[in-house]
Amino acid sequence: MSELIQALSAQELAEIDAEIAHVPYRSAVAIDALKIVQEHRGWVSDESLQAIARHLEMSAEELEGVATFYNLIFRQPVGEQVILLCNSISCWIKGCDNLQKKITEQLGVELGETTPDNRYTLLPVTCLGACDKAPVLMVGKELHEDITEDNLQQILGDDS
Amino acid sequence: MSLTRPLTRNVRPDRSPTDMAAYEANGGYQGLKAAVGKLSPADCLQIIKDSNLRGRGGAGFPTGMKWSFVPMDNADGGHKYLICNADEMEPGTFKDRMLLECDPHQLIEGMIVAAYTIQADVAYIFIRAEYHKATQLLKEAIAACKEKGYLGNNILGTDYNLDMHVHSSAGRYICGEETALISSLEGKRANPRAKPPFPQVSGLWGRPTIVNNVETLCNVHHIIERGPDWFQSLGLTSDAGTKLYGVSGRVKNPGCWELPIGTPVREILQDYAGGMEDGYTLKGFIPGGGSTDFLVEEHLDLAMDYDTIGKAGSRMGTGTMIILDDKTCPIGFVKNLVAFFAQESCGFCTPCRDGLPWSVQVLEDIQSGRGQPEDMDTLAKQVKFIGAIGNTHCALAPGAMEPLQSAMKYFPEAFQQHLDGNCPHCDGGTH
Repeated sequence: MSELIQALSAQELAEIDAEIAHVPYRSAVAIDALKIVQEHRGWVSDESLQAIARHLEMSAEELEGVATFYNLIFRQPVGEQVILLCNSISCWIKGCDNLQKKITEQLGVELGETTPDNRYTLLPVTCLGACDKAPVLMVGKELHEDITEDNLQQILGDDS
Repeated sequence: MSLTRPLTRNVRPDRSPTDMAAYEANGGYQGLKAAVGKLSPADCLQIIKDSNLRGRGGAGFPTGMKWSFVPMDNADGGHKYLICNADEMEPGTFKDRMLLECDPHQLIEGMIVAAYTIQADVAYIFIRAEYHKATQLLKEAIAACKEKGYLGNNILGTDYNLDMHVHSSAGRYICGEETALISSLEGKRANPRAKPPFPQVSGLWGRPTIVNNVETLCNVHHIIERGPDWFQSLGLTSDAGTKLYGVSGRVKNPGCWELPIGTPVREILQDYAGGMEDGYTLKGFIPGGGSTDFLVEEHLDLAMDYDTIGKAGSRMGTGTMIILDDKTCPIGFVKNLVAFFAQESCGFCTPCRDGLPWSVQVLEDIQSGRGQPEDMDTLAKQVKFIGAIGNTHCALAPGAMEPLQSAMKYFPEAFQQHLDGNCPHCDGGTH
């Protein structure tokens, strides 16, 4: 057990335990714990998943069922930043399909793929709640609105 | 001066957040002070009932009635919960984001008063994962409230205690359904639950629980402070209060505005959204998010309220309209929506899990020119079976059928053009 627990850092354990403090049983924080580990590591590996399950006193299989249910728990490695491209209705009206083609041209990746330099992973996302500024996308935690071909170049070249 | 736009009074043009000092300077936390220790929970409940506040998440259920089912004797002394549903993911909906990012204290004040009314001792804000900025602001606002004695033990010197936590979701539309939200908050897959038992009696961890939308809760303390008559006077029709209305699509000025509930559709479209973009005309609109039926030109003079839009065969839903213009293919529009619902189905009930992808497949066939005339019969059957309330635990699948059935009713020519292979908008499956 101790080896698996050690797969989680002291910081991660402290953050998970802070969530456990206000719920009636440990497995209730399953989603919070997955998010905490993902925040630190970018994704949730098998080893991490098993360590979290042990810490929450639940089976790894049950936690896997939770992890794979949610769109934003990554069970495969992702790039340094995830691009979430909104493909819901208002963005579709304003041409998100075309935007996707432009991103693919610029970065050389299709939806679900990571750039060879590991900088970006491109994923579709449901309506981001910024429909008056469509089309929109997120890079990491940052929302970008009113995307055009011009500012797309700028956004994805931003921190190079 | 009477307050006519309570929800957005602290929303600045640059949409920068209002902090504790600015919020209090503009009359904030007066509703809390008017309620906790001054009024009994039963008094507060009566005021909310009298105000005719209805749920702003889309269903329009009377808030006071919802709360009245919470047992108040609390004989076992266990927890009771208030949950704010801030999982805004309905396609085309972008109203709660504004309230969360611009005025987080307004939500928290509304939540404290709501929690006091049902005597909840723990409150959660269930917020979608992508709203990072709002999540941070809410955590800061909760910390500021604890310092002020608005949250924690002995609020305002009374014996009322309330803890508040923020739960950031991991992304799944179905979490917006209240019983699915409760499952998710318990750390599980977000499968909706059969009702009864209703959450008011057996919700989070089997305890009495109320789940309300952000906009609903933001109204609560304003009503307590100013009274039900004030709230009723804000509405233009039989519904009370204001409503955040939004417009997206090919209009000149897409946006979100707080207006008297019952404002006519045409006024929202013309006076606030600026009318259609040059070169586009209106073909139809979805009044309140992706799971509402299309309405068309003849409905433009209707009042945007629950009953009027309901009688016209649709729902006001979230109040955020999506415009279908004359240069966008209705089949592509509907396929995008149904594909969203198919993807976001939790997979528990068969009609939803297997039926929605089938609908997407038929629409895909029609859109790409492989459609057959009998596909229209197949779609009609799907609408009948998938759309029927009661075949599934929750309303996701019936909601998905609303734009489809109304597109078949109002835009039959668009389907026919595709079957004939000559849609004026589509070029190889795209528009």
